[in-house]
Amino acid sequence: MADTTISKLNVKHAPDMRSRGLWSDAFRRLLRHRLGMVGALILVVTVILALFGPSLIPYDTSAMDFNARFAPPTVQHIFGTDDFGRDTFSRVALGARVSLQVGVISVGLAATVGTLLGMLAGYGNRLLDELIMRSMDVLYAFPAILLAIAIMAALGKGVGNAMIAIGVVYIPIFARIARGSVLSVRNEEFVQAAHALGAGHGRILFRHIFPNILSPIIVETSLSLAFAILAEAALSFFGLGTQPPDPSWGRMLSEGRGYFRQSVWMGIFPGLAIMVTVMAFNFLGDGLRDALDPRLRR
Amino acid sequence: MNVRYILQRLVLALLVIWGVTFVVFMIVHLVPGDPARVILGAYAPEESVAAIRERLGLNRPFLEQYGSWLGNALQGNLGTSLITSQAVSPQLLARLGPTIELAVASLLIGLAIAFPVGILSAVRPGSKLDLLASVLSQVGISVPSFWMGILLVLLFSLTLGWLPPSGYTPLGEDAGDWLAHLILPAITAGIVSASVMTRFIRSAMLDVLYANYIQTARAKGLPESVVINKHALRNAMISIVTIIGLQTTALLSGVVIVEVVFGWPGLGRLALDAVLDRDYPMLQGAVLIIAIMVTLVNVTVDLMYFFLDPRIEYA
Repeated sequence: MADTTISKLNVKHAPDMRSRGLWSDAFRRLLRHRLGMVGALILVVTVILALFGPSLIPYDTSAMDFNARFAPPTVQHIFGTDDFGRDTFSRVALGARVSLQVGVISVGLAATVGTLLGMLAGYGNRLLDELIMRSMDVLYAFPAILLAIAIMAALGKGVGNAMIAIGVVYIPIFARIARGSVLSVRNEEFVQAAHALGAGHGRILFRHIFPNILSPIIVETSLSLAFAILAEAALSFFGLGTQPPDPSWGRMLSEGRGYFRQSVWMGIFPGLAIMVTVMAFNFLGDGLRDALDPRLRR
Repeated sequence: MNVRYILQRLVLALLVIWGVTFVVFMIVHLVPGDPARVILGAYAPEESVAAIRERLGLNRPFLEQYGSWLGNALQGNLGTSLITSQAVSPQLLARLGPTIELAVASLLIGLAIAFPVGILSAVRPGSKLDLLASVLSQVGISVPSFWMGILLVLLFSLTLGWLPPSGYTPLGEDAGDWLAHLILPAITAGIVSASVMTRFIRSAMLDVLYANYIQTARAKGLPESVVINKHALRNAMISIVTIIGLQTTALLSGVVIVEVVFGWPGLGRLALDAVLDRDYPMLQGAVLIIAIMVTLVNVTVDLMYFFLDPRIEYA
């Protein structure tokens, strides 16, 4: 009994020496990163709006009120109304759903395929490496939006095809990052040890190398989500992405463009929504980078 | 050694361009179902669909189609527009000039902002200027360029009436009018690239400013302006040139969007119109030319390393 008390006392006064994992260390650093946390907080709100939007918004997004067209922000309509008298706040809130959905699915596609290809290129033989990376160079030669437009020209309009198009565009970025990271760890001792213990290539790649290249991929995922949301907004603005009557930020800007002189508010809020969400992903990405790789901290 | 490296880069660029032609060719072949039917719509008569199929060569074996398309493309023949029935190449050439003008103007605006701001931020990290620059560059990176374009038009064209909201006048016709039309689109695309480049220039300069030779230069009493301009900036140029090269690709992406917003008659707008009209030969031509431009810029950047850092030897 007395022993327990003493050890408790010791623990209380000694510095915190418990061994923590790499990830929990990184998580603590992220929690202390002010901008990263601002980003995370904004994203939590955006995710809540995307998931529970329909039960949180004050008006039906397609309910028209021709007596209240082009209304400026008021207590009833905090973001004002559009040319059909629809509540802009409700439409912006529900637009979060499309943006996040496209972002998550397209970046998920890019991260999965790109990382896999990059890992194969970095781990495989020279021929495989050249074959994969030169193909990536080809995709990289197209400006992002132009490649997305070209892919949508082949697949057709619609939000599903926008996800594929944006996903394909970002595959080379993940492939390059994954390949570079694999090259930097493939000759490390822990990989050789796994090899000596008789682990197969698959096991070495996914159980030993993959966890060690995860940091840069997580950072890139957050930054790519920012770009994906911008790209979806641009495609919808061009009329290629989300189709009416679904509210999407890019679409709201393109539909309302002719009316901005009557009501500048119609043009302000959807644009702000895009900017704030993109900024939040960028902040979180910067926070993750600082947290996961303290050497890069500046 | 250096000649070998240059040749290697050029061969690689040719390989990439060859890959680009294949991707561009595939645009039509990725269309689900019969591309000719998709182009004309579900209710078009079968004879018209067959005619389009014949015109695009879709009846022939795949490799033969690619071979003849590539052969024609090498001779500058990119087919005829499905909308105007005129040759695609002259129309593309006519749009190339405005796109290059806009891209160069945007890059210059981007550099004019990013260089001084990036360097000053790096010289005084944590200062008010550094903080302001980092907030503004975050905003610049996150703002959708089409939205910024619309807001600039609302302010400078529709409210203040200072500049035209859209359109284009050729430089040879009226230089003043050309410039008036160029300012807003160039600023819109330029601000985004300025934001990205400011961050990179700041970071490249910070890397260099802590190097030993900078301490030495300061210790031997050189004025700070010489330390920054002669010692730091020259060594940071390698990373800066890399980012300018990368930025050119991103800039062309931005230019596509800005062209649509401002009705600028460049390749980007042509490509989007072609998508909406299902004019595949026109789209293929526009995408091909832009991708080749990007590849050429990338090779140029690679080759510029030689002139910036003669110490670098390439295997």
